[in-house]
Amino acid sequence: MAALTPASVEPDELPRASGRQLRTVLLLLIPGLLWLGVFFVVPIFTLAGTSTQTPSGSGLPGEFVQTFHLANYWDAISAYRGHFARSFFYSILATLLCLAIGYPLAYLIAFRAGRLRNLLLVLVVAPFFTSFVLRTLAWRQILADDGWVVSALKWLHLIPSDLAVTASPIAVVAGITYNFLPFMVLPLYSSLERIDPRLIEAGGDLYGTSFTVLRKVTFPLSMPGVVAGTLLTFIPASGDYVNAALLGNTRTTMIGNVVESRFFRVVDYPTAAALSFILMAIILVLVILYVRRAGTEELV
Amino acid sequence: MSRWLSKHALHIYGVLAFAYIFTPIAYVMVFSFNQPARSNLTWRGFTLENWTNPCGAPEVCSALGNSLKIGLASTLIATVLGTMVAFALARYRFRGRTPTNLLIFLPMATPEVVLAASLLTLFLNLRVPLGTATIVIAHVMFSISFVVVAVKARIASLDPRLEQAAQDLYANEFETFRRITLPLVAPGIAGAALLAFSLSFDDFIITNFVSGDVNTFPKFVYVSAQRGIPADAYVIGSAMFLLAMGLVLAAELFRWRRSRRL
Repeated sequence: MAALTPASVEPDELPRASGRQLRTVLLLLIPGLLWLGVFFVVPIFTLAGTSTQTPSGSGLPGEFVQTFHLANYWDAISAYRGHFARSFFYSILATLLCLAIGYPLAYLIAFRAGRLRNLLLVLVVAPFFTSFVLRTLAWRQILADDGWVVSALKWLHLIPSDLAVTASPIAVVAGITYNFLPFMVLPLYSSLERIDPRLIEAGGDLYGTSFTVLRKVTFPLSMPGVVAGTLLTFIPASGDYVNAALLGNTRTTMIGNVVESRFFRVVDYPTAAALSFILMAIILVLVILYVRRAGTEELV
Repeated sequence: MSRWLSKHALHIYGVLAFAYIFTPIAYVMVFSFNQPARSNLTWRGFTLENWTNPCGAPEVCSALGNSLKIGLASTLIATVLGTMVAFALARYRFRGRTPTNLLIFLPMATPEVVLAASLLTLFLNLRVPLGTATIVIAHVMFSISFVVVAVKARIASLDPRLEQAAQDLYANEFETFRRITLPLVAPGIAGAALLAFSLSFDDFIITNFVSGDVNTFPKFVYVSAQRGIPADAYVIGSAMFLLAMGLVLAAELFRWRRSRRL
């Protein structure tokens, strides 16, 4: 649970390591950081290298040479603009839905659950204990057009009777929302839980209605959790391709699906690499803009 | 009536939200008792056959075995490396702390498909054969950060006076670490290991990129989704769910009883 908590206080009173301690620190850090360096940082550079390669003269699939062909980026963007737009549209929509579903739930667990708190937190992450692919497939069955959920909603006139849910954008967004909900609830919970309940009581004592207190006191104080939760939902959602592949159709493919098929079906590594890089760059820009606006910079 | 409703609105919402969270899990469980056929999409009738013979479908259990092996190996490595980094970060101030924190944070903030694509280009460039080893490498890479954050939080929550007391009682640094610090941090490490294992066991996106011909359980399920997943996969999914829930609830119960005794 702690893995997803935002903003731990940085202890300034820690001893500054020197001499023998510095050696201990290095010994502790080196294996882990080396692993991340070799298998996370270096690959980012090989990805950049691959992204500007062009097919070698041999004509064999999977043979590419480095020609610093930056036009790959332009070609990738112009060919898959729509997929990028769709990926970000779906993932932003799913993130907002997660926030709407998750906030009251996190609030309930933080303030009203009493001794059941830990149990309810376990129940929130319970989906992680079944296979991701299996539960996504379960949604395909649950949201089938002839299934009881869709029939019931149509009978209640909550959705139009000619609406197709199977293999539609609705199913993809619903799948993403479901699969990433715990990533939203946990950071929300941990920042709500830290709020001093007396602040909320004070809001009530000063004649704030419960809605005003929520809007003026609780929500602003839970902002670090909102920022962490939306990022932890949005980032993995924008690169996801399992939901689109299992719940969607050929017109709902996201950028992750394109990267996957460029790698394995088309064997066009440079385009796949360029697309991954563009995805990362857009996410980085969006995250920086968002974090600036939301005004929280402590995320680790 | 309306007062009762407004007073309990949040609780009613909670019940509905948990019903939503558990619906697909219930589906997986119910369909694990379905009469076997080529695909497991429509209900044909109750049977225990799948549960008594979960390895009936070809490859299900070999894929499961691979997933367990890979999960154990990557959990072990990621937990050791991550715990070491967590101690360094939680206990000392040193130059390079900020870049270290950033390096730990970045893999968690990168979409899996980018991590997968970049690792695959590395392996292709170095002509590393894809297989169990490359899967373990990838899983350790994305698990380390989660272990570091979880263990660091646990160390930060310790009462420093306990260690001071040990040293006042003439324990040397190593004895203090072994007899006081480590036992106190152990639950955090165990939690981090459980997290690392579930991340590895359930990973599909990165595994799919770096696994070559090696089959894992999520990969098996994904691939057979096109032609119909055997009910055995639902049995394994349900069994893993019950096992993990059982473990977590037992730990919770244990903690609750201990805290009552104190």
